[in-house]
Amino acid sequence: MKYLMPHVIRFFLVILIMFSFVKITVAQEAEVGQTFSTTVSGLKIRSLSKKGQFVEQLAQFQNPQKTVILQALVDGHLFEIREDGRVVIAAKKSGKYSIVLAENGDDLGLTDNSAIKKIKINNRLRTQIRRLIANLQLSSPDVGLRLKAIKTLSKSIKPDDLNTLKILAESEENSSVLDALELVFALDNINSSDRETRLLGIENLKQKTSFKAVSRLQALLDKDSEGQFVEPDKEIRKQAKSALVKIQSRLNTYEVAQTVFFGLSLGAVLVLAAIGLAITFGVMGVINMAHGEMMMLGAYTTYVMQQIMPNNISLALILAIPAAFMVSGIVGIGIERGIIRHLYGRPLETLLATFGVSLVLQQAVRSIFSPLNRSVITPEFMSGSWQINDFLAFTWNRLYILFFCLLVFTCLLQILKRTKLGLEVRAVSQNRNMAKAMGIPTDRVDAMTFGLGSGIAGVAGVALSQITNVGPNLGQAYIVDSFMVVVFGGVGNLWGTLVAGFSLGIANKVLEPFAGAVLAKILVLVFIILFIQKRPRGLFPQKGRAAES
Amino acid sequence: MKKFLRKTGLSTALSALVFMAGTSVAVSAEDTIKVGILHSLSGTMAISETTLKDTMLMLIAEQNKKGGLLGKKIEPVVVDPASNWPLFAEKARELITKEKVASIFGCWTSVSRKSVLPVIEELNSILFYPVQYEGEESSKNVFYTGAAPNQQAIPAINYLMNDIKVKRWVLAGTDYVYPRTTNKILEAYLKSKGVDAKDIMINYTPFGHSDWQSIVSDIKKFGATGKKTAVVSTINGDANIPFYKELGNQGVSAEEIPVVAFSVGEEELSGMDTKPLVGHMAAWNYFMSEDSTKNAAFIKKWHAHTKDTKRVTNDPMEAHYIGFNMWVKAVEKAGTTESNAVQKAMIGIKFPNLTGGLAQMLPNHHLSKPVLIGEIQEDGQLFTVWQTNTLVKGDAWSDFLPESKPIIADWTAPINCGNYNTNTKKCSGQNY
Repeated sequence: MKYLMPHVIRFFLVILIMFSFVKITVAQEAEVGQTFSTTVSGLKIRSLSKKGQFVEQLAQFQNPQKTVILQALVDGHLFEIREDGRVVIAAKKSGKYSIVLAENGDDLGLTDNSAIKKIKINNRLRTQIRRLIANLQLSSPDVGLRLKAIKTLSKSIKPDDLNTLKILAESEENSSVLDALELVFALDNINSSDRETRLLGIENLKQKTSFKAVSRLQALLDKDSEGQFVEPDKEIRKQAKSALVKIQSRLNTYEVAQTVFFGLSLGAVLVLAAIGLAITFGVMGVINMAHGEMMMLGAYTTYVMQQIMPNNISLALILAIPAAFMVSGIVGIGIERGIIRHLYGRPLETLLATFGVSLVLQQAVRSIFSPLNRSVITPEFMSGSWQINDFLAFTWNRLYILFFCLLVFTCLLQILKRTKLGLEVRAVSQNRNMAKAMGIPTDRVDAMTFGLGSGIAGVAGVALSQITNVGPNLGQAYIVDSFMVVVFGGVGNLWGTLVAGFSLGIANKVLEPFAGAVLAKILVLVFIILFIQKRPRGLFPQKGRAAES
Repeated sequence: MKKFLRKTGLSTALSALVFMAGTSVAVSAEDTIKVGILHSLSGTMAISETTLKDTMLMLIAEQNKKGGLLGKKIEPVVVDPASNWPLFAEKARELITKEKVASIFGCWTSVSRKSVLPVIEELNSILFYPVQYEGEESSKNVFYTGAAPNQQAIPAINYLMNDIKVKRWVLAGTDYVYPRTTNKILEAYLKSKGVDAKDIMINYTPFGHSDWQSIVSDIKKFGATGKKTAVVSTINGDANIPFYKELGNQGVSAEEIPVVAFSVGEEELSGMDTKPLVGHMAAWNYFMSEDSTKNAAFIKKWHAHTKDTKRVTNDPMEAHYIGFNMWVKAVEKAGTTESNAVQKAMIGIKFPNLTGGLAQMLPNHHLSKPVLIGEIQEDGQLFTVWQTNTLVKGDAWSDFLPESKPIIADWTAPINCGNYNTNTKKCSGQNY
């Protein structure tokens, strides 16, 4: 019995120690939990350098929520609730913000714009956070994320990163990720002190189509201020040069493709702007100076549609196409019925009257929408680009507009070819009196044709709202170009407009790199003037009796 | 739209100004002090200048509420030069000779100012010019309340060079006098700091340029050498949206190649889809986002005046705010609105900036101002990332151009000259 006592004591002691352990771990966990949330709320600090320290701390935690928070911070979605200072991630939802608590993702429901305050960061922090996120995403199962992470890190590679990437390369299986890694290693090899490694690096770079590879190789061939080569090794220079030549030969193809694409997309804009005019000026012969304002109305219609449907920008944009057609078309019919029909056969008066109309429309828009530009939002699917490699990328908005332009052109061609209206339009434009004699209501056809041309201009305005300003002056910027395209293509010929638009676009883009944007425009204009001297009827003149009148 | 009206009632002025109707309210000239407002209300520049007209009307209304000036009410006379440069001169003449205004607040573009200059000097009136400009000018009759290049462009370059460590420079601008002169100064400045000519790319585009594909792709290539690259943009208003959109679409981010703009402020940003602009920078002497009681009060008044809480304030508005208040103080000091007396009284007048510090009218007719650099946020506001510790004195003649280096402007005795050559000790005699 007397030995029992110590046993009991020992037992209690053990229990006590066990409990204290548990207690300690609990305390530790609590402390960690608290520091995570204090670090998160530390992000609210105004000082940018201190904010950077908190970001750095945050990345050290094991909490998976950290990536979400960092991403939200860099995307500008991290907010602070004004009332209690809690840090939340907010997403716009039907005019309000739906917020979740940053540290654990708890849903806090909807809130007003004014109740939360954005946590602001600057470029330096953005770069820092992107690197941190990249480091975290290197091991992500998503190939796209891994590639993006490598790209981010390779912008300014540090020795630590290189080691991480080397470890990653050992277990990596995806070929495009390995390709990206190879570029990073090859670039690093050139900096090595070992000659063989450097030559190997150059050899590897030869296969890469990358800005970085080109500029690194170029740097090997640089001379200093005294005309001496910076790189003393002759063999290295020779290899670098041959590698550069090899890359360059590939680049030329890409560069041509890029220029052609730039030209086509500029051409598409020109064709879109001009195609409505090809109807009103080309087919009807009305010099319509208010054509640009029809486009402006189309662009403003897009703005209004987006205001009506702020939660569905993409749908608003698509619905804006028929809406703009209607708005501009109806205004066009109004102008035709109200003014132009009294002036047929008097081109000078028509020119002045429609110019007056254009000023009235501009000032009307100024009074209704204010003289400031209106912001039309580009939907997600139209931003960014389709990146083939460093030297060849197609921007989505331009691709869509190119496609849209061809679509509009085809539709218009079909309307003129296959519909009753089209038949009547062609008849009236060929011989008004004969058409009248055949029982075609020429008055009505005139109004409808002008409406069609104006409506198409409105549709063009929807496209323009995606690449330029939506403001009262939008039309003026395009009116000269539109006339240029129509006259160059041959008045009265839709195909001429298409070919003229695209060829002027490409000519502009081919000239631009050599001559600069200002001179390129002048050169194109001079060329057209000379061309019109030689062939006054444009590229595709109308043939037959109709052309003689 | 040929006939412009004189206005006494402020509220009526606001509502009727958009379409110029023909009514006019006659008030005998002795009862009031007239102030001319020469800002375009139609045409391409209406986008920027209409706001300044409203600002002036607000400032004058406020002063009248305080009891006017010299015991008289101030009467604004608004005219519309319609973004037409020669018309600016005509309207200025009309304001001075027909309306007999005591001073004019107006102009935005440099070319409109140059058009007004001979008239203002001939008739010896006063013009307050509220916009940042290229410098190389100092007229006896003009007070430049906007920034000179050394108060906007040069500090911005210093920030990029020292804090962001930029090594390669793209100077992109619209093809007219302000960007050309500014870029000339900046190029000389960069070269004086040891930047190599091949690390500077200069590019000009026409007004309203909307197809930036090739230029952005060139900038991208230029910036891909591994050296930190930045774009210094003097691109004029309307061409900016397509430019930034193209940058965004081609994947050029503000972290890699930041763009610092001298012509993009809160007003311009309010009409843009700001997503592609976030992180790009602007350099000004005033930001709406600056936290100060004076600024908050000014914004509140502006919202009350426009009856729209979404309206933004911007740098040229602050310039008019300072310019107008300085003019009021100068008239009070001189006890008259007579031009020569007011011109003399203006020099040395101090008035607090909205963002802090005391602006002072210098003998060269420029102001001392703080310089702020901000990054564009998604809400269209600018987030100050850097600012000068002290106020920077406006320098009329740039020290970085060899031809204007020895020239100073000083409108006090004994020099009394807008372009005095310190080497030859002579005033060139050129008036502007």
